[in-house]
Amino acid sequence: MADITNTGADFVPTQARPAPASVRPGPMTWLKENLFNTWYNTLFTLGGIYLLVQTIPGLIDWFFASALWEAAPADACKEIAGACWAFVYEKWRFILFGTYPFEQQWRPGTAVVLFIGMVVISCMKPFWNKSLLVIWPVGLAVTWILLSGGLFGLDHVPNNLWGGLPITLMLAVIGAIVAFPVSIALALGRRSNMPIIKAFCVGYIELIRGVPLITVLFMASVMFPLFMPEGITIDKLLRAQVAIIMFMAAYLAEVVRGGLQAIPKGQYEAADAMGLSYWQAMVFIILPQALKITIPPQVNTFIGMFKDTSLVLIVGIFDLMFTMRVAINDLEWRAYYLEGMVFVAILYFIFCYSMSKYSQWLEGELHRGHKRL
Amino acid sequence: MSATAPAETAASTMGSHDVITMSGVNKWYGDFHVLKDINLAVKSGERIVVCGPSGSGKSTLIRCINRLEEHQEGAINVDGIELTDNIKNIDAVRAEVGMVFQHFNLFPHLSVLDNCTLAPIWVKKQPKAEAEATAMKYLERVRIAEQAPKYPGQLSGGQQQRVAIARALCMTPKIMLFDEPTSALDPEMVKEVLDTMVDLAKEGMTMLCVTHEMGFAKAVADRVIFMDQGEIVEQNEPNAFFDNPQNPRTQEFLNQIL
Repeated sequence: MADITNTGADFVPTQARPAPASVRPGPMTWLKENLFNTWYNTLFTLGGIYLLVQTIPGLIDWFFASALWEAAPADACKEIAGACWAFVYEKWRFILFGTYPFEQQWRPGTAVVLFIGMVVISCMKPFWNKSLLVIWPVGLAVTWILLSGGLFGLDHVPNNLWGGLPITLMLAVIGAIVAFPVSIALALGRRSNMPIIKAFCVGYIELIRGVPLITVLFMASVMFPLFMPEGITIDKLLRAQVAIIMFMAAYLAEVVRGGLQAIPKGQYEAADAMGLSYWQAMVFIILPQALKITIPPQVNTFIGMFKDTSLVLIVGIFDLMFTMRVAINDLEWRAYYLEGMVFVAILYFIFCYSMSKYSQWLEGELHRGHKRL
Repeated sequence: MSATAPAETAASTMGSHDVITMSGVNKWYGDFHVLKDINLAVKSGERIVVCGPSGSGKSTLIRCINRLEEHQEGAINVDGIELTDNIKNIDAVRAEVGMVFQHFNLFPHLSVLDNCTLAPIWVKKQPKAEAEATAMKYLERVRIAEQAPKYPGQLSGGQQQRVAIARALCMTPKIMLFDEPTSALDPEMVKEVLDTMVDLAKEGMTMLCVTHEMGFAKAVADRVIFMDQGEIVEQNEPNAFFDNPQNPRTQEFLNQIL
């Protein structure tokens, strides 16, 4: 490195360049650079604006401006051009709680709030400890007593009268909670060296994944009782719940297995070299990493299953989707099925979007430094 | 080169009994004969450097010692325990043998301290406080104690490898295996890791080290083993090995790397 310039002279700093006029471009510049920078981008932009102008105002008008936003008899909606939200005013309790005795509907209402509360609490970091082991059994017991009754002076309500949101939430959340550990066991079993365990897990996963959920539900609710000894019946709702758990576990197992395969071999070797047993290595080293990297596909599966619970209608269980369909079968309100669909869609969206947002937060929360995996 | 410990100190700390013996060890990967009739005895406190071209079986050799690889023929005895399919024996050997990997293999989801205390707590059943005190002692020794609460991903390669050494030492092993510990490091970080290893050698640890750091071999090793195509071709104390290699394959290898 030859020193060419400074031959013992004092150091003279170079003048700093002047600051750029504006670091962030103004809105007009931004528009010009991003939306109108070439002739075809200009074309796409104008086309897009045209489509939005054609659709959005009409939608808003239907949804808000021309809509009927109050309780009213069905006839009142005939003069309305927009949405007839009177339908929702009239039917919301049936959609949410199905055929549950009307004057007792505070019970499923409270149960839903309690249930959502338990899920929300479980998602919060300060509660990630042994308190969950108390909250869930107690919470589930209270939920059950509220819904089923027969205790503390509550009338007994058999579960064939239950319906709507409590059913959907229960099937999905309990399904997820039970399916999750089962799926981990299946994923580990599929990678096991023990041939019988491996064969069972592969067979189970491939069989369940190979058939539609409807088939599994049918098997559980129609065929299963045929195999049972006479006089023994298992509750229909429980059978549907088990079918959902079995189905969800098979899908989740493949997600978890993907995570296990993504963990570098060196992690297994380091655990082995330190003398950790198989289960210690799995619990402390491999699974925490595998489950963390598979959060997005896990939540994908949960969201999918949340919506798939609506298929239980084919075995005659009144989930949220089914109660809405029954509600629009009312001759008087038949014309307003779109409003019913939109109402239920919004409910589903709230739950699914919350799951998605939570998973994004969770990923950030569990991120550790600049990983080089 | 960075390593500066005189080779003479080696002899004084060396015990007399063989802590590792490999006799007639053969290993195949399918048809590929990766270890051919390996006979090796390592004395307690001995420092051995294993070198050789890539694919010569040197990593496989030391990975057989803690059974990350299993051998198909012959016998390997580590600290009086025969390595067989017996899981109890394997676990007993692994508790005595520490290993440092080329790619560190730290657990990225655990802090540096937790990396060091996990095995002592769960394998050696140490109380948490005791395991943490031991861990801090060894992290101090590899001069990285201030990083204890950080995660591996926040450290440089050299720092990570020193944590990996400390993690292995926390199990208070009798033998340390090093599998190319500096090969994945940027050049400026090699020295800090080698210095740590030299310190360890001075304290009388039994070490088997696969490395191409010949300066380290000259300074620390009691014996250098040259492997090629699955065989131990030549072994000697470092001065004789480097100055006067006997086998033409050794000569060719040394010409290429020195």
